Amino acid sequence: MNNLQTFTKGLIKENPIFVLLLGMCPTLGVTSSAINGLGMGLATCFVLIMSNMVISMVSNQIPDKVKIPSFIVIIATFVTVISFLMEAYTPALHAQLGVFIPLIVVNCIVLGRAEAFASKNKVIPSILDGAGMGLGFSIALTLLGSVRELLGSGKVFGITLFNDTYGMLIFVLAPGAFIALGYLIAIINRIKKA
Amino acid sequence: MAGKKESTFINMVLVLFIITLISGVALGGFYELTKEPIAAAKLAKKLNAIKEVVPEFNNNPSDEVYKVGINATDTLEFYPAKMDNKLVGTAVKTFTNKGFAGYIWVMVGFLPDGTINNYSILDHKETPGLGSKMGAWFKQTDPAKEKSSVINKNPGKTKFIVSKDGGDIDAITAATISSRAFMDAIQTGYNEYIKNKTKEDISHE
Repeated sequence: MNNLQTFTKGLIKENPIFVLLLGMCPTLGVTSSAINGLGMGLATCFVLIMSNMVISMVSNQIPDKVKIPSFIVIIATFVTVISFLMEAYTPALHAQLGVFIPLIVVNCIVLGRAEAFASKNKVIPSILDGAGMGLGFSIALTLLGSVRELLGSGKVFGITLFNDTYGMLIFVLAPGAFIALGYLIAIINRIKKA
Repeated sequence: MAGKKESTFINMVLVLFIITLISGVALGGFYELTKEPIAAAKLAKKLNAIKEVVPEFNNNPSDEVYKVGINATDTLEFYPAKMDNKLVGTAVKTFTNKGFAGYIWVMVGFLPDGTINNYSILDHKETPGLGSKMGAWFKQTDPAKEKSSVINKNPGKTKFIVSKDGGDIDAITAATISSRAFMDAIQTGYNEYIKNKTKEDISHE
């Protein structure tokens, strides 16, 4: 597999949300609006790239029995860093995402890529893998957030497209996340088959 | 490439120790680096909320803040806004824990006589699309919705209870619990404001 494929596979072919179905907790929890989905996606993307990079560099030095704890410490460090940065420079978004930012630590997509890819590959492919997966995750979350925001309150990225009295409230609430995600996965599967 | 490290006790302890050490140092560095911007962002948010709810002022309300404890854990914060040393209003950071989903924090601005100038929701967990409408609902300017607005009303003269319970303010449609909680927050803020205002007046004489 060449480097380009390593990068692009995360976008559609192995999209973490629509195909691998990993990291569902923040996906369903924070995508009540497009901007939340995008913010969450980019934060996760940063963590994925950095943790993949560091883990691919040090994994040879880590004994197998402490592999998972070591990975978790590395991932948690980057999550805390991004949490500090967001609190300092995008306080509103940080407040919106709240508890879901620290929860990136236990997002299975991050640990999944560390274990399945970064620990077995060199630095450059690992960075590309992290970037591809992270962007795929961001795209999926932004898409889901846009759909829910549009159907729920008639807006996308805060821009009103129709009056919110016609909004279907359920799409902003938790059940709407499941419904919208289900339909999006169905559509993606249809496109992939075609 | 060097071979994989064996899982001996000493190797495991050493590796974990080094990783946690590096992480700890890195986190400490980032904490120091972002400490000031975070504090500045928090202050700016608070100051914006104060600016939004009281008339124009030229002092620094955060310097003259006074706090009043309500119970063991919660305190109200009072930010006196002054124009050329004359009190033009007080921003009160008040709260209620009777919300549909727990605490609601509100910054409400009182004019010196206790009339509400404006308010701003600081933090809440109410249902999106229902209770979350309180940010705009209670300051509607449409004359037909006058009974929903709390702006320019004085909790000492108007009954700050939702009309369903015999009060004078119309609740948010389909969010009566959030509305009652909002009224509770304002009333708490008003009661403490009046109580402490008289105290302050006496101490000035």
